[in-house]
Amino acid sequence: HTHLNYKLGLTLQNRTSEALTPAAAARDEFQEELVIRPLHSGDIYASFQFRTLWDTDFLQEGQKVSHYRLFPKSLGQVLSKFSVRELHISFTQGFWRTMQWGQPFIPSPPGAELWVWFHDTVSDVDGNWKELTNVLSGIFCASLNFIDLTNTVQPSASFKPLGLGNATDHRFLRYATLPREIVCTENLTPWKKLLPCGSKAGLAVLLKSEKLFHSSFHSQAVHIRPVCQDEQCTSKAWELRQTLNVVFDLYTAGQGKKEWSLFKMFSRTLTEACPLATSSKVYVDITDNPELSPATPLLSQAVVLGDRRTYSVFDLTRAETFGQLRSLNLLLRWKGDGEMLRPLLHAERYVAGFGLQTGEIHTVIYNNHPYRAFPVLLMDSVPWYLQLYIHTLTVTSKSRDNKPSYIHYQPAKDRHRPHLLEMLIQLPPHSMTEVTVQFERALLKWTEYTPDPNHGFYVGSSVVSALVPSMVAMNTNFTQDQPLFSSFVPVKEESSYFVRVYTEPLLVNLPTPDFSMPYNVICLTCTVVAVGYGSFYNLLTRTFQVDEPSLPLAKRLANLIRRIRGVPLLT
Amino acid sequence: MAALQLEKQRGRYAALAIAAVVIVVGIPLWWKTTETYRAWLPFSEISELDSLQVHALRPSSRQNHVCDSIGSAMIYNRVFDKADLSLHMLSESSCGSVVVYVIPESSTLLPEDVKVYVGQRRTALLRSPPFKTSWNLKEVLSNLDVEVEQVVSTMSFGHQDIVAALSNRVRMTKVTKESMADSMRAIKSSPGYEITFSLLNPDPKSHSLHWDIEGAVQSYIQPLLNKLAPIANFSVDSQILYYAVLGVNPRFDNSVSAYTLSADSLSHVINPVEARLGSNAASSNPVLNFLLYVPDAHHSPLFIRDHSKRKVPSNAFHSPRWGGIMVYNVNEMYGPEAERPVDININMAKVMGVFLAQLRLMLGVQHTHPPTGFVLQSPGSAGLADWELDRLLWSRSVENIATASTTITSLAQLLDQIGNIVINDNIAQQVSSAVTSLQSAVAELEAGNLAFALQYSREAILASERAFFDPSLLHLLYFPDDQKFAIYIPLFLPMCVPIVLSLLKIVSEAKKRRADKQAKSD
Repeated sequence: HTHLNYKLGLTLQNRTSEALTPAAAARDEFQEELVIRPLHSGDIYASFQFRTLWDTDFLQEGQKVSHYRLFPKSLGQVLSKFSVRELHISFTQGFWRTMQWGQPFIPSPPGAELWVWFHDTVSDVDGNWKELTNVLSGIFCASLNFIDLTNTVQPSASFKPLGLGNATDHRFLRYATLPREIVCTENLTPWKKLLPCGSKAGLAVLLKSEKLFHSSFHSQAVHIRPVCQDEQCTSKAWELRQTLNVVFDLYTAGQGKKEWSLFKMFSRTLTEACPLATSSKVYVDITDNPELSPATPLLSQAVVLGDRRTYSVFDLTRAETFGQLRSLNLLLRWKGDGEMLRPLLHAERYVAGFGLQTGEIHTVIYNNHPYRAFPVLLMDSVPWYLQLYIHTLTVTSKSRDNKPSYIHYQPAKDRHRPHLLEMLIQLPPHSMTEVTVQFERALLKWTEYTPDPNHGFYVGSSVVSALVPSMVAMNTNFTQDQPLFSSFVPVKEESSYFVRVYTEPLLVNLPTPDFSMPYNVICLTCTVVAVGYGSFYNLLTRTFQVDEPSLPLAKRLANLIRRIRGVPLLT
Repeated sequence: MAALQLEKQRGRYAALAIAAVVIVVGIPLWWKTTETYRAWLPFSEISELDSLQVHALRPSSRQNHVCDSIGSAMIYNRVFDKADLSLHMLSESSCGSVVVYVIPESSTLLPEDVKVYVGQRRTALLRSPPFKTSWNLKEVLSNLDVEVEQVVSTMSFGHQDIVAALSNRVRMTKVTKESMADSMRAIKSSPGYEITFSLLNPDPKSHSLHWDIEGAVQSYIQPLLNKLAPIANFSVDSQILYYAVLGVNPRFDNSVSAYTLSADSLSHVINPVEARLGSNAASSNPVLNFLLYVPDAHHSPLFIRDHSKRKVPSNAFHSPRWGGIMVYNVNEMYGPEAERPVDININMAKVMGVFLAQLRLMLGVQHTHPPTGFVLQSPGSAGLADWELDRLLWSRSVENIATASTTITSLAQLLDQIGNIVINDNIAQQVSSAVTSLQSAVAELEAGNLAFALQYSREAILASERAFFDPSLLHLLYFPDDQKFAIYIPLFLPMCVPIVLSLLKIVSEAKKRRADKQAKSD
């Protein structure tokens, strides 16, 4: 019940309305983009990217950023309060099948992943990190508050800042994954709320949870980093990139026909662009010549992840895109011919061994390049309760020992810190490299088990990062009108491109005790003590008296005979 | 036979000795080792707080003589506010006090019908009532008493303010509806506030809105906040929300050809908007929201109507302890053929006037109802006169003291009632520091040092809340007694049964022996 009152405004004296300056020319801009790519497996991949670029500096000394327009206030406040330089957070449901689907535009591991570079003025990085994860778990309605020192690592080489600045001191980096995190509607709603148009206009109207979560793969992410404002890089701007990737399995649902439409995928069609967006585009991958209607004359070529693709472009800011019906429903029909470019880098992982005492983690990395060898960085973060025997670490390629040229290993501390293993491994051309390490399962304290301990314990994905040699020349020019999906990771040289591959998370069984044990132990001990005490007490308080010993049976029998014979009795 | 008696006696002694050991050593040992740690708390001082009485000292009122030089200075100046300033320079009045200057009846300084003039600072001019020249000083002063009392009650902390400050804690019977509303409106005392201005643009396709919020905050809000700096820390931010709509559909009124929001529906407006506002992630201070709503092109103009169906002139309303909403119609700023979206600059002076008034209400600057013949100088650019600030300091201190003492007393009560709660040393320390701060706050308040009183009372609140919400209090709170018994019974039952049985046996034997002895002696 709200009490309402009306009050007249104060008439301000001595105050003339100041000359109204047109609000300082929009120093922030918003772009939205959707890429649709049919996959050779018969699935369809839709990737949304929303980018807000703001010409300001959150980390400026002494000046607080407090007036927001397109940039969400909640994230801006977090950035300035915790002196965050770069923040990457992703929530993923399902596992990206690299061998069937190719490389995603922005990879992410199953569950939640968070990595943050703090500004180098931060003195208490761990304290900031703890508070930041709590605040973010509030913003995204996720259980990021379960991130603590036992699952946080500081990778030395695998996670370099993606934005401006060449920070190398990994004391200011924190990386954590929660492989068990389940992503659902309650994570999508706050994510959509960060968009300037919400889900009311533009591409975001397609984001309906009942369709998005009825899919093979769903991943949503937020990436914040400082970037160059223009080509000359004279001033800094902050970029917020919200991405959402989803793979629909319409092939099996649609009676084996490779036919898709926006309406079938999202149960909505597009009617307008977000009025705040400077660019709003839909790209459809037509490299393999699918039938596309309505046809569009606009074509665009882009080199993405070492592959030259052709896209049909639909510009939603132009009225003619929507045609007579004032609605855009893309239809794609595909015969499904054409060869998929085999991903050049691919990795898998599994647990081997038997019993509940020891085991072995196998990580298998494939280099599918026919003639080029290239190095990869492998990063593994293993919880402390799997005690790694690092002396058993072996790296073999083509059944020969392959000595890593760089190893960074930080052993775990029980209940304080996980293992961190980073290696630089040279992958020979067209090869399979296997990394194995043995471990022993630790016994946890009975309060440390999860509520369903027999389900097993998750171990986060290992991360393989590499500069993969490209078959085609990559585009190194930085231009403003580059599509968003090809501009996330800066390309430094033409001959190679950056790829990050996540393996499957592991599910490991730990020896599980009988949880009624403590009570049983208490009862048993008490009973033993009570029995001991009882006999002791008995012994102390019993009255002893001398008893005439009765004769043994043999003597009594003898006496009987003696009595008959009249001989003196035995005593 | 004697040996048997001796043996029986030994058994009896053994049983008694064991019982004695269990009672003297065992039970205290068990008690000591399973006891929860409870640090000492100043319970007696806390119970004194319960019936705390503040002997409030009204601002000291001094009466200056009409001094010719001053009089002439004032006549020379002719303008009140300059006179106010020069008087302020003349005698620096300290925080929490009021100086009343008496000017002769015939003085032309004040206009004819004005009896009392209350300045921007802590001074007031009082036109003396007629008196006979034969009166001595005392008589003249006593003649003035009624008027001075009136001035002081206008400018300083009175019964009304106490009611308002304590409305949360104390249920008072004699409360007028208006003062109750006043007290409900003000946001709770807190060490800091977040003020958020949000521009709601539900129709970005038709309107492209620009507001110079940065400049407006600098020129309108910041002076008031600077003035209020001793009371709390304020942080101001702003955001623009697109596609944010009010929770109710306004009704089209043919008579005025405009959309209207009736007073009854206003309470439904806020909730849907609030979901979009976003909480402040970076601090836990209470948030004051001020929303500027620009209705979409198809629903404008939009007017708010009060209970008597009249248009509210400011087109704004506020929700107590939450913030304010103002509806800003822009439909007259462009023609029907204007190209969409239309660029519109918002007149911040108009908007900030309303928000500033609402902010004053939220912060608890009470409305003064001066008696007739009083003239109040407008508070000037800061939006707050010195004596108003004093009043605010007063009521905030009293409110803080009341809050802290209720927190501390209820914590003490809770700890007293539930023996399972662990009281750690840090909690005990917080409690005692809260109690000492409270006592100093009361002492300072009685001495009239408002700034110190507020500071101490704020410390008291912080310490008491920290103690009250300390998570260590909860550790053993939910450890149920039946589980404890379930664990102890396997040990205690087998141990106690033999002891009790043998004690019973000893007692019955002793009784029997006494009966035998009696029978023998008979």
